[in-house]
Amino acid sequence: MAGTEEREAAFYAIIDADGRIEPRDDMPEAYRRTLVRQIAQHAHSEIIGMQPEGNWISRAPSLRRKAILLAKVQDEAGHGLYLYAAAETLGVSRDQLLELLHARKQKYSSIFNYPTLTWADVGAIGWLVDGAAITNQVPLTRCSYGPYARAMVRICKEESFHQRQGFEALLTLTRGTPAQKAMAQDALDRWWYPSLAMFGPPDTGEQASGGHTEQSMRWGIKRFTNDELRQRFVDMTVPQSQVLGLTIPDPDLRWNEERGHYDFTPPDYDELFRVIKGDGPCNAQRLAHRVAAHEDGAWVREAAAAYAAKKQEVAA
Amino acid sequence: MTSQWPLWEVFVRAKRGLSHIHVGSLHAPDAAMAVRNARDVYTRRGEGVSIWVVPSDQITASSPDEKDAFFDPAGDKVYRHPTFYEVPAEAKHL
Repeated sequence: MAGTEEREAAFYAIIDADGRIEPRDDMPEAYRRTLVRQIAQHAHSEIIGMQPEGNWISRAPSLRRKAILLAKVQDEAGHGLYLYAAAETLGVSRDQLLELLHARKQKYSSIFNYPTLTWADVGAIGWLVDGAAITNQVPLTRCSYGPYARAMVRICKEESFHQRQGFEALLTLTRGTPAQKAMAQDALDRWWYPSLAMFGPPDTGEQASGGHTEQSMRWGIKRFTNDELRQRFVDMTVPQSQVLGLTIPDPDLRWNEERGHYDFTPPDYDELFRVIKGDGPCNAQRLAHRVAAHEDGAWVREAAAAYAAKKQEVAA
Repeated sequence: MTSQWPLWEVFVRAKRGLSHIHVGSLHAPDAAMAVRNARDVYTRRGEGVSIWVVPSDQITASSPDEKDAFFDPAGDKVYRHPTFYEVPAEAKHL
């Protein structure tokens, strides 16, 4: 066994060559811990993210929309499973991670603590929330940890369907009656700033996240800063809002010729911190529903395990 | 709390003529359920025509600690590659 220094040098040699770290490689404990936390939080977000939209499956306006929404929510479950499997390669179990989620010791994306009040919210989630998620996730397909990067490749392919179906649902509304268009505008008004907040705290200033970004970038886990990704999202989304004929609720939003980017009002980061800490509109409801689903499903897990054990006994 | 279902590695054949490729892993109580879960988790968009599942603890892997030493024997045998050999340009189809 090589010494600690030598092993760390081997690890950084792979990182510096933009190589990939694989499950049984030596890695610094802090790198492993950071990945477990990030991948678990990501996995939790996927499965909690099934709730705001799952709410609308039984009330979708047509069979077509219902089938699409079912497929989308099923994808979110699948994404959660890819990510839990990626986290498990780092020596934690899925059960452990779920326990930490249920005990509020691990977090999920703040965005899912907002309610879906109308059908247009389902469209807005696809367009904005999944759009922001894609902006965040595409660089993660080049993340230095192999299993995470591979899970992200699969996820990004599927997210593209999510975003397009949301945009199409909103387009249908904006081309409908004045009341339908107003419903779409209302959804954009409520989801715009929470979507911007999905990129996390700003890079600089009092509210900046204390050095996580820098360390994650050194490790090749993160490729761009929060503000870079937020800007990229705004630049992509503004022209799309024009196609929809909707108005982004930001009076200071304008093209900055000099920067080659849109100037925009940042989200309320104090609100983001409050929601992360558990004080969002739906935090309690989302977690209670998750815990109930887990507990109500316990007999299924037990029955399947008992059946498998019995079959093995008979075979032996 | 009951113990967690065992872990399975999933391999998918994308289409006839290709070999099965590792796509990820999942938990399932037995092999039959593992195949069904694998269909739902890894082939929701027609990514496969055949699935293998293998209990993860049945896989034996080479040790990453000795990866250099383990694969070294191939390192200095460039003569195993066709480009090692110089042949006159007029010798065709070689």
